[in-house]
Amino acid sequence: MTGGLALVWPVITAAFLASLVEAVEALTIVLAVAIVRGWRPAGLGALAGLAVLALIVVALGPLLGHVPLRLLQFVIGILLLLFGMRWLRKAILRAAGVIPLHDEATAFATETAELREQARRNEARLDWIASLTTFKAVLLEGLEVVFIVIALGAGRGLLVAASGGAVAACLAVALVGLIVHRPLSRVPENSLKFVVGIMLSAFGVFWTGEGLGVAWPGSDLAIVGFAAIFLAVSAAAVALARRPKAEAVS
Amino acid sequence: MTVLINALRELAGLFVDDGALALMIIAVVVLTGVVATLLPEVPLVAGGILLLGCLTALLSSVARANRR
Repeated sequence: MTGGLALVWPVITAAFLASLVEAVEALTIVLAVAIVRGWRPAGLGALAGLAVLALIVVALGPLLGHVPLRLLQFVIGILLLLFGMRWLRKAILRAAGVIPLHDEATAFATETAELREQARRNEARLDWIASLTTFKAVLLEGLEVVFIVIALGAGRGLLVAASGGAVAACLAVALVGLIVHRPLSRVPENSLKFVVGIMLSAFGVFWTGEGLGVAWPGSDLAIVGFAAIFLAVSAAAVALARRPKAEAVS
Repeated sequence: MTVLINALRELAGLFVDDGALALMIIAVVVLTGVVATLLPEVPLVAGGILLLGCLTALLSSVARANRR
């Protein structure tokens, strides 16, 4: 299937950036478990999570081809609106200082503290708990990546492009994580979520409209216009809601 | 059973954070669908409702969170 060429790079970029955020979050948990309990339970849980993800993709992937395109665009559009605007809302509130910024170093410290507390209480079951923790992290963050790939790629036959962006992001994070052995707190996650929230919301409006029979002016290029509008409105929302840093509440 | 319920809750959490925002988005989509059905010859009206409705939902959700 060939997709609209105008959409190839926006789809690859959105899939790459969104997957980068998810992969960084999964890596933080895997690293925390590995440091507290060793690489074996952490790796086993992560691999099991990847295996279940692969099974889900293999089992459900072929079904996509049987769904009428209009219906697929409509359903994906609504899910993208829910998912993307949820990200965008949180990114606006973080940028405005209404809620605290997400910090991988803090997430890492919290996760290791929880695991150490569990170790103190129940040493015998800890390997099992450690594996389950990485399994859940990889599966949940991975499901988000799979959703993003399908949502961005399926509506125009760009699944391969979207998958390429997502795989590149996951490999890059895994590689850097293996080399540095600590959470990637320097990745500007909040800014990435802001950008990705805008892109996913723009795609969501586009697909939902197409699914309802709206012929957008400029066809696929309308997405760029929607992204610009979402960016302008979000920036205005940040400016209106901005608070001093000390006021941010968790 | 608890594990399954927790998993479903986490899955739903991927799409719904602020329930009011999710409800507003669904309402905007329904309204867009109704307008697209009633006025098929001017689909851009429905498109405009969808875009403006989503932006309004976002802004009102941010404003609500800001007031808390």
